Amino acid sequence: MLESLSVIKASLPYLLQGSLLTVGIVIGAMLFGLLLGLAGAVGLVYGNRLVQVVLDFYVWFFRGVPILVLLFLFYFGLFNYLGLNFTAFVSVIIILGMVTGAYQANIFRGAILSLPRGQFKAASALGMSDIQAIVTIILPQVLRISIPAWTNEFSIVLKDSALAFVIGAPEIMGRAQFIASRTYQHLAIYMTAGILYFFLTWIGVSALARLEKKIRIPGYSC
Amino acid sequence: MELSPFYQELISSLNRGLLVSIALIVPSVLGGIVIGILAGSVRVFGVPWLRKAADGYAAIFRGTPLVVQLFILYFGLPNLGIYFTPYWAAVVGFMLCSGAYQSEYVRGALLSIKRGQYFGALSLGFSGVQTIVWIIIPQAVRRALHGCGNEIIYLIKYSSLAYIVTCIELTGEGKTIATEYFRFTEVFLVIGVYYLVLVSIASMILKKIETKWHIPGFGLH
Amino acid sequence: MPQDVPVLSVKNITKSFSGVPILKGVSLELREGEIKILIGPSGGGKSTLLQCMNYLVAPDQGQIWLDGEEICITKKRDVYAYRRRVGMIFQDFNLFDHLTAIDNVAIALRKIKKISKKEALIRALKELEMVGLADKGHLYPAELSGGQKQRVAIARALAMDPEVLLLDEPTSALDPELIGEVIAVIRALANKGMTMILATHQIGLIRNLAHEILFMEQGLIVERGTPGELLSRGNPSRTQGFCDRLNELYDEN
Repeated sequence: MLESLSVIKASLPYLLQGSLLTVGIVIGAMLFGLLLGLAGAVGLVYGNRLVQVVLDFYVWFFRGVPILVLLFLFYFGLFNYLGLNFTAFVSVIIILGMVTGAYQANIFRGAILSLPRGQFKAASALGMSDIQAIVTIILPQVLRISIPAWTNEFSIVLKDSALAFVIGAPEIMGRAQFIASRTYQHLAIYMTAGILYFFLTWIGVSALARLEKKIRIPGYSC
Repeated sequence: MELSPFYQELISSLNRGLLVSIALIVPSVLGGIVIGILAGSVRVFGVPWLRKAADGYAAIFRGTPLVVQLFILYFGLPNLGIYFTPYWAAVVGFMLCSGAYQSEYVRGALLSIKRGQYFGALSLGFSGVQTIVWIIIPQAVRRALHGCGNEIIYLIKYSSLAYIVTCIELTGEGKTIATEYFRFTEVFLVIGVYYLVLVSIASMILKKIETKWHIPGFGLH
Repeated sequence: MPQDVPVLSVKNITKSFSGVPILKGVSLELREGEIKILIGPSGGGKSTLLQCMNYLVAPDQGQIWLDGEEICITKKRDVYAYRRRVGMIFQDFNLFDHLTAIDNVAIALRKIKKISKKEALIRALKELEMVGLADKGHLYPAELSGGQKQRVAIARALAMDPEVLLLDEPTSALDPELIGEVIAVIRALANKGMTMILATHQIGLIRNLAHEILFMEQGLIVERGTPGELLSRGNPSRTQGFCDRLNELYDEN
């Protein structure tokens, strides 16, 4: 018991450093996913047949294959094959970003479809081009009503980031595994890691809840 | 057309792994649903201390990564003298984690049932148990179905984590071959197809059930 | 028509919710075939009184007699048995959303009265015919209009052969053009001699149907009498004033 405590105490700074990396992965992946998701949703709703087929395949593939398989496929396989020398950190951001991008595309697609049709028409009636209408009228509303689903997606990506250690990214889990295998205090170290993840989830979710409140507009009760 | 020896070996290993994966997924899905129904019901109808305990369970298992939970079960608990085989560590971890998520859908479904439904039943002379069996459960099942189905799909994909606690299933078999031949792209593309097939079959079955049980006014897509 | 032993009578019912008294000692009797109408401002306790009369809300104090027997609730089972004999109609229908119209009517017959499925469906169809919905039996509540839902709810209550029917503002949640069909069903029940107590703001029902009007305010019945007594021209009664205001609203529409 005492030994566990001293190991936790000694390794905490090291784990906290890892959590910075975890945060970096999550922020990077979420933002990359946001770009992919928005572009994907617009393409799924407004794109032509070809664009829709391609995007449908993208969403289907990244929502259907486990993260672990994708990490191995891209990091050890495709990236190598294509001669891309990404670090584990960058690779994880790209891969998790593509996965959450597929989920986010679905979220935003649903949000676009839930908007009254009149919104687009009214924008066109004012003389906006399709792109202007989408960027200035549709997407701001879509982002607002998608915050709860996006928050959920954040907490999923945060937890998925714990798999980054399988390709050697030294985030929380990678470091926890390193310490545990040397000190044999597996239980104490993994519990500590669990608590760190729990706190990170809580911080992120509260921050997003605050954001949601801050940009609330009457009539968007979602 | 003959497959090359590499692909022959790959396919036969992956098929072996697939069986292990299925042996992991089926009990985990069933256990997760049972736990989810129990915990979800307790979170809505339970006495305060039980409700708090179930809320706490759901918060912990939904707030931490599955891989941490598996590591605690497989590598951590031996520190306390509790040992699981890789297979059972994976199944228990999957059940507990999935149950926490399922409880969330069950809870949401139960909370979404309007008070009037209870009033309607009670005013006719239904007992509490009869109301739950004949009125509440049939409605809650339909409300929870979509979310619970999605959770099953997630669980199919996350069953790949069993390999991390050395239970060699589909992903683990593939990793072995990929490392041996150093052919990651082909191997993991093929594994990806296996999972896509699994997930697609499961989605199809779930969609069938949803359509079959569809009732106007229950907002299922 | 009224006979000597009341079908249902309540004495000195009181009920508070978290310290706030809603019913302050209400007594009334319903004789066989009698129709009483509860009116008065909302929040006056009409709804709570009806719910107490069905034991959906247990009264704090007071007694209830059904068919001359005092209802003593010692076990939960007594409540269920009592409710089976007293039908209740709600403002917002409370049809079971997962069951078709005919199954809504049949389910209590099957699960409570343990009647076979076939017989229950035959009976349910008969009740749906009574409310003019025999051809809608296969539809789910989400596919019915408000008026149709309320008629199914009435059929559902009647299928249990209740001795009394309690109706809690049965037309308040309906669009104006759908009120008529529900009122027609209530009138038909009245003609058949159903014993009823009805909270409503429908001036036509109050005038033509009521054997007695009970004006409730602040948890008490403050006025009671026949429509002739209370609604005669120039009568300074609270009931007259209240109905005048309802009339004005009605005319404006």
